[in-house]
Amino acid sequence: METVIAGFSALLDALIQVLRPLGISEPVFQFMLVSAILGLSIYLTLITGMFSLANAGFMAIGAYTGVILTQEAGWSLAGSLVGGMLAAGLVALPVGLPVLRLRDIYLAIATIGFGEIVRIVALNFDDTVSSLLTSLNGERTAFELLNGARGIIGIPRLTQTWMLVFFLIVIIGLILRLHRSRLGRAMVAIRQDEKAAASMGINVVYVKNVVFILSAMLAGAAGVFNGHLTRIVTPTAFDFGRTVDILAFAVLGGTSTVAGPVVGGMALAALPEVLRFLDEFRGVFNGLVLLLVIVFLPGGLVNPAGWRRAWQRVRARIRPASETAAD
Amino acid sequence: MEISVFLQQSINAVSLGAIYALFALGYALVFSILGVLNLAHSAVFAWGAFFGLVALQTLQLPAVAGLALAMLGGGLLSVALELVAFRPLRRRNASRIAQLISSIGAGMLLVNIAQLIYMALYNTTEAYYPQDVALLPFIPTEPIIIGSLRIAPVRIVILLLALVIMVLLQYLVTRTRLGQQMRAVAFNRQTASLLGIHVGRVFVLTFFLAGAFGGAAGMMYGIAFLNVTPFIGNNVALIGLTAIVLGGMGSIQGAVAGGFIVAALQTASTAAGGSSYRDAIVFLLLFLVLLVRPQGLLGQPENTRA
Repeated sequence: METVIAGFSALLDALIQVLRPLGISEPVFQFMLVSAILGLSIYLTLITGMFSLANAGFMAIGAYTGVILTQEAGWSLAGSLVGGMLAAGLVALPVGLPVLRLRDIYLAIATIGFGEIVRIVALNFDDTVSSLLTSLNGERTAFELLNGARGIIGIPRLTQTWMLVFFLIVIIGLILRLHRSRLGRAMVAIRQDEKAAASMGINVVYVKNVVFILSAMLAGAAGVFNGHLTRIVTPTAFDFGRTVDILAFAVLGGTSTVAGPVVGGMALAALPEVLRFLDEFRGVFNGLVLLLVIVFLPGGLVNPAGWRRAWQRVRARIRPASETAAD
Repeated sequence: MEISVFLQQSINAVSLGAIYALFALGYALVFSILGVLNLAHSAVFAWGAFFGLVALQTLQLPAVAGLALAMLGGGLLSVALELVAFRPLRRRNASRIAQLISSIGAGMLLVNIAQLIYMALYNTTEAYYPQDVALLPFIPTEPIIIGSLRIAPVRIVILLLALVIMVLLQYLVTRTRLGQQMRAVAFNRQTASLLGIHVGRVFVLTFFLAGAFGGAAGMMYGIAFLNVTPFIGNNVALIGLTAIVLGGMGSIQGAVAGGFIVAALQTASTAAGGSSYRDAIVFLLLFLVLLVRPQGLLGQPENTRA
C-alpha cells in the first residue's frame, strides 16, 4: 500500500511539473480537484432533473464536521471524511423529503433558502448554544466550537494531492457504474418525464432523495478536503456566491457526460491562475463565463453535439444567405 | 413591551416593508409577464443605490433628481438584462432554469463591475450616503419627536413615495391600454402577438419598470441605512424572493403584501431579541410557504409540484 501511494505521488509530482509552466502549482491543482468533486456533486442532481442549489450548504456541513472531527476529536482525515459525508447525508434526508416535491424554480428558491439558513446557523451557533447553556446551568457558560464569523482557523493541511486524485477517480468510476445501473436509468427517466417515469413503476420520491443525499455527501466530502486545504473554515466561504461557483462548474462543462463538470470545475478553478491578469476581474470573468456559455453554448464545453450545432450556426452566418439552405 | 417601543418598531417595520415591497415588485412584474425569475434583480438594486449615491455626492444633485436617476439607471440596466440574458434564450425556447442561470451570471457580472467601480472611486467596497437626506424638497430633516417617539421624516417620505409608485403601477396595469397589453402578453404570449401586440416591446417595458422599482428601492435602502456596498443586493435578494413567494409568484398585490409581512417579521424577531436569526426566520417562513402553500397567500395555484 505504502509503495503504491509513493508511486502514485511520484506520478502526480511529474504531472505537476508539467503543469507548473502554465501557472498551475500544486495548491492550485488541489483546488481544481476539489472543484471537480463539487461539479460532480451538482451534476448528480442536474442529470436527475433537479435544480438544487443547496451544494454550498452541504459543503459547509461537511467542512465544519470534518474539521471538528480532526481538530477536537483527533480523528484521521479518512475518518473525518466519512464523518463529514455522513453528516451532510444525514441533513440531506430530512431536507430532501419535503423539498424535493417542488419543481424547477421553486426548488431553486427553497434550496437557496436552505443554504442561507445553514450559513446563518453556523454564524450564530456558538452564541445560541452558550445562551442555551447559560439558561440551563443558571450561570454564564461560554461555548466555542465554530467561532462565529471568525471561523475555525489553524487547521492542519492534511489533504494531499494523491488523496484528491484517488477520491475523484473512485467517484468518477462509481458514477459511470451508476449510469449503467437501474438507479442511473431511473434518474435519466425522471429528468426526461417525471410523470411517465412514475407510471413506468419508478419510485420517483425514492430515486430523487437518494440522488439528493449522494449529491450532498459529495459536497460534504469536498468541504472536508477543502477545509484541510485552506486551513480555515468560515461561514462566508459558503454563501450564495459559492453556490453560483459550483453551478458555473456544471454549466461550463455541461452535464451531457460525467467529464463535463470535472472539466468545468478544473477549468474555472485554474483559469484565474493561468491568466494572472484576470485576478482583479475574477468575479467579472466568472459571471461572463456563466452568461456566455448559457447563451451561446447551452450544452457546455464537453458536448460534441452542441459544438457541431454551434459551428453550423457560425458557418451559416459567415456564408452569404444564398449559399446556405434555409435553416 | 411598552407602547412607544412598539410604535417605534412598527414605524421602522413599515418603512422597511415599503422598500422590500418596491423591490419585490420588480421580481413579481417580470415573473407575471414572462414566467421567469430574474435573479439579477438584486444587482440592479445595488446599482440603484450606487446611482443615487453618485447623484447625491459626486453630482450634488437634489435628492429627487437622484431618485429619478436611480430609477432611470436601474430601468436601463434591467432592459439590458432582458436584451442580453433573457431574449437570446427565449428565442431558442430555453427552459426556465436556463434563463434563471443566465440571470445569475448577469447578476454576478453586474455586482463585480460595481465592485471594480467602487474600488476605483472610493478605494474600498464601502460607501456612505450623506446623513439627513429628506428625499423630497421642503421636508425637514430633524426627527419628529412625539413623546418618546423619534421618527425620521425620511422614513415617512420613503413610505409615501413607495405607496405612490405602487398605486401608479396598479393604475398602469389595470386602467391603461399599455397595462391591458401587458396582461394580454402575460395571459398568452402567442395570442397577444397575433392580436397585434408588440410582445418584445411589452417585455422591454416590463423590465424597465422592474428595474426602475429596483433602483428606487436601492436608493431608499441607502438613504435609510447609509452604508452601501456593491453587495447590498445579497441582503435583499432572498428577502424579495420570500416576499413574492408569500404573496404568490407573479401577483403584484401579493408582492407588496409579502414585502410588508417580511419586514414586520424581521422587526418583530429583532425586537424579541433574535436579531442574529432574523433572516433565518424569514427563510424558514419561505420554506414553509413553499411546502405548504406554494401558490402563496394571495396567488393563483400554479403547477409547482411534480
